[in-house]
Amino acid sequence: MNVAQIPTILPAKTHNDKQVIEINNLRKGFYQQEVLKNVSLQLFNGENLVVLGKSGSGKSVLIKCIIRLLEPDEGTINVLGEDVSALKRDGLGELRKKIGFLFQSGALYDSMTVRQNLEFPLKRIKKDLTQKEIDGKVKEALEHVGLSDALNKMPSQLSGGMRKRISLARTIVVDPMIILYDEPTTGLDPVTSDEISSLINEVQKTYKTSSLIITHDIECARATANRVIMLHEGEVYQEGTLEEFEQSKDVLIKSFFK
Amino acid sequence: MTPSNPVIKVIPKLREGASKHAIRLTEKTIEKTLKASSFLTELANFFLFFSRTITETFSRDFEFKEFLRQCFQIGNKSLPLISVTGIIMGLVLTIQSRPALAHFGAVSMLPGMVAISLIREMGPVITALICAGKIGSGMGAELGSMRVTEQIDAMEVSSTNPVKFLIVTRVLAATLMIPLLVLYADGLGLLGGWAGTNIKGDVTFVLFFSQAFSQIQFIDFLPAIIKTFFFGAVIGLVGCYKGYTAGRGTESVGIAANSAVVLASLLVIIVDLIAVQITDLL
Repeated sequence: MNVAQIPTILPAKTHNDKQVIEINNLRKGFYQQEVLKNVSLQLFNGENLVVLGKSGSGKSVLIKCIIRLLEPDEGTINVLGEDVSALKRDGLGELRKKIGFLFQSGALYDSMTVRQNLEFPLKRIKKDLTQKEIDGKVKEALEHVGLSDALNKMPSQLSGGMRKRISLARTIVVDPMIILYDEPTTGLDPVTSDEISSLINEVQKTYKTSSLIITHDIECARATANRVIMLHEGEVYQEGTLEEFEQSKDVLIKSFFK
Repeated sequence: MTPSNPVIKVIPKLREGASKHAIRLTEKTIEKTLKASSFLTELANFFLFFSRTITETFSRDFEFKEFLRQCFQIGNKSLPLISVTGIIMGLVLTIQSRPALAHFGAVSMLPGMVAISLIREMGPVITALICAGKIGSGMGAELGSMRVTEQIDAMEVSSTNPVKFLIVTRVLAATLMIPLLVLYADGLGLLGGWAGTNIKGDVTFVLFFSQAFSQIQFIDFLPAIIKTFFFGAVIGLVGCYKGYTAGRGTESVGIAANSAVVLASLLVIIVDLIAVQITDLL
């Protein structure tokens, strides 16, 4: 698949759309170092929001705070109307069922086959499904990422791009309302990166998901973004549409979009 | 007193020396305090981990399939190593003990002595130490690499409790499987003992075993088996703790595996010491 085949991205959302994630004045530090300093942003229903930034600008910390893999030091995070910091373990578990997370490394379970990797979240999140229904959903998710024949392979038998696609299949198999992508194209060749970007758009259209895409890959941002936020040194540096970023005269932004 | 007085010349140097000494002392005190505090933090974290494991063990939705898989990994896959170790343990013990007993004309006591040594002490401790090496390091490395490659985080976001799925199943499997492996090693050790006896003598299988078991009492057997459950729990807990709390870099996987073996082996010896003291009181 080449760039020309990438499905067209949906138009930028307006502030009249419903917010699915709202972050206000988020701060997070480790020891003496403050990684996120007063970050505020919103993700609207059905949009692809790309968070751009250099390595070390706090992008991955931000995305992990949203799903509470990291506890924020200050600020509020509302996801689907729930205050994430205030949730108890059961409540957090219920909220996480509605959120998909694509890890930078793919994070496939090494000891399980591709089928078991996909069944693992499915059996735990959708407990009322029969084995036949589970098989159907696994097959559908794998067909969606174009890897139906990888069903019985082990993760060690897959290439980097295949691992990423299987990981995306594992994310979408549970029909999440929001998907958080952590550097979806990092470490992949340009062709595979385009394929992943294309899949992100397809998933948005097919499953009507809202996505927050953390990346420093400008091609991925161009292919997927409805709206862009740039993080710099732990703060929101600029927010706008892709066109606004492309036309910006700011040196830092230009260094990304050259 | 004149400025040329040598005592006055020496005083500033003494002051300088004293202040340097004070700075060095303060630095060392800070360093020792930090070390003590990090040790206490590690200890507190281990007890928190232990209490969370206990709590999750008795909560609903036990991961039975994963528990069976871990029993297979720990039990079945350790059999070759334990088999070789068990036979050699009995063989060596018999060969080494024979001359000493022969000196007192007590060679006929050899089967009983071998059986008591194996069942009370050597079988449990050596098997546990081998398991600390094999199983402890395996758990430390596996969970450590799962931490590094974000697989544990992936489990959490899949609404799965990783402590319940990864830790409880492994700790319980180790607690259950290590006593069985010890029994197996004891049996093979006795077999090795019989083979060792026949190197310089001629004792039938039935005679060897009837003499061996005639010397063993219930008090020899029960405490030895009870302590192996604690060995298993310690090995499982330490292996899981070191792996689960591994740092983010790949280097931390090696550190987790290594420290799991060292700490688990040390704790096995300490638990054995406590068990021996308690058994001695009975």
